[in-house]
Amino acid sequence: MSRYNRHIILSEIGQEGQDKLSLAKVLVIGAGGLGCPVLQYLAAAGIGTLGIVDFDIVEESNLQRQILFGMSTLGENKALAAKERLEDINPTISITAFPERLTAINAVSLFNNYDIIVDGTDNFTTRYLINDASLITNKPLVYGAIYKFEGQVAVFNYQNGPSYRCIFPTPPEAGSVPNCSEVGVLGVLPGIIGSMQANEVLKLVLGLGNPLSGKLLCYNSLTTETITLTVHKSDIEISNVLDKKDSFQDNQEVFNCETNLSEISIENALLKENVQFIDVRETHEQPKVKVVNPTLIPLSELEQHFDKIDAEKDIIIFCQSGIRSKKAVALLHKNNIHNCYSLKEGALAILEHYNPN
Amino acid sequence: MNLKIKYFGMLTEVTQCHEETFLFSKSTVLDLLDILFSKYPLLKEKEFQVAQRQILVSRNTIISDTEIALLPPFAGG
Repeated sequence: MSRYNRHIILSEIGQEGQDKLSLAKVLVIGAGGLGCPVLQYLAAAGIGTLGIVDFDIVEESNLQRQILFGMSTLGENKALAAKERLEDINPTISITAFPERLTAINAVSLFNNYDIIVDGTDNFTTRYLINDASLITNKPLVYGAIYKFEGQVAVFNYQNGPSYRCIFPTPPEAGSVPNCSEVGVLGVLPGIIGSMQANEVLKLVLGLGNPLSGKLLCYNSLTTETITLTVHKSDIEISNVLDKKDSFQDNQEVFNCETNLSEISIENALLKENVQFIDVRETHEQPKVKVVNPTLIPLSELEQHFDKIDAEKDIIIFCQSGIRSKKAVALLHKNNIHNCYSLKEGALAILEHYNPN
Repeated sequence: MNLKIKYFGMLTEVTQCHEETFLFSKSTVLDLLDILFSKYPLLKEKEFQVAQRQILVSRNTIISDTEIALLPPFAGG
């Protein structure tokens, strides 16, 4: 087949290697900044079976880096939109879209159907879930993560190698580490890191070179510096996960370490019928947002003022940029107030919605 | 011993630099962190791991190399 000619003429791959690619089954979780380049290269390379998990929809602010999407797919589910684009790139492979959230309930059965798992998500809740489910199902995990101008790549759970928990045993506190939607990211960075992830997947399938197992590669796009750290396996961290194998599905709350799952956009917040907006910024912070008539409770005083929260309503919490509001949601969750959401991009999103430029 | 310390990701926003060198005469990673925490109080609130000679090490490891890196987890994708 002429499609794969440039692979086949490589003596390291050949028809035999191409056949391995066509028999491989890879599950990519998150079709965002990282997932898009991963999926694009894996589909083009002829990975025979691809799964795509993403519950999110395509927004205009994604187009700066999420290269599988365009104006024609705005508002569509990312897994479905990616599948459609990839089928045009390579109609000879089988692609399944899962337009849903990855949860402790569906992760294990989903992972069981694939050989390799790729983490392209944007929050720690899902990253720890993916790591643990990969361990439990004994699947290699190709990990990538980004922050502003820097990225990390690694292969975990490969031939009894280290897992993500061997580096970072427990998830960071809610809201303590921002993601791309909060602090921004250079558009090409996920392209670079995602392409490195795709490269690791191809190496694993083809049995070529040295997989990035037991290593954590750190890349800085501004200095073009790369540093590869050695990661030692922690048997305790790994057995802690494997010990909970049988009750894994019941442990959903373990993964609620972060509140990304409770984020809401201003558009969706305003669709709710009975809402209370709460501004958790300090009283001196500008600009004021009177248009949604918020209750003013600075985050530092929230714990003393639960009485100001109307339990009958959906609670939309905002701050300046959407970081403190996540901490507030975590605090309310801890105190059994669950119908609350952190407003994406904070006060500025509200102002922009009511006064677009 | 003159240590060269590299900071990654959000840690550079606390330290306002990617790299610095300073004289260290104590023993373990924990001792080093004590010094860094008094220099950068906000660092204490950050999650990170420490590498020595490009190997991730535990907090009680004795510092025997001049090359140290502080690495936070990244969420973004």
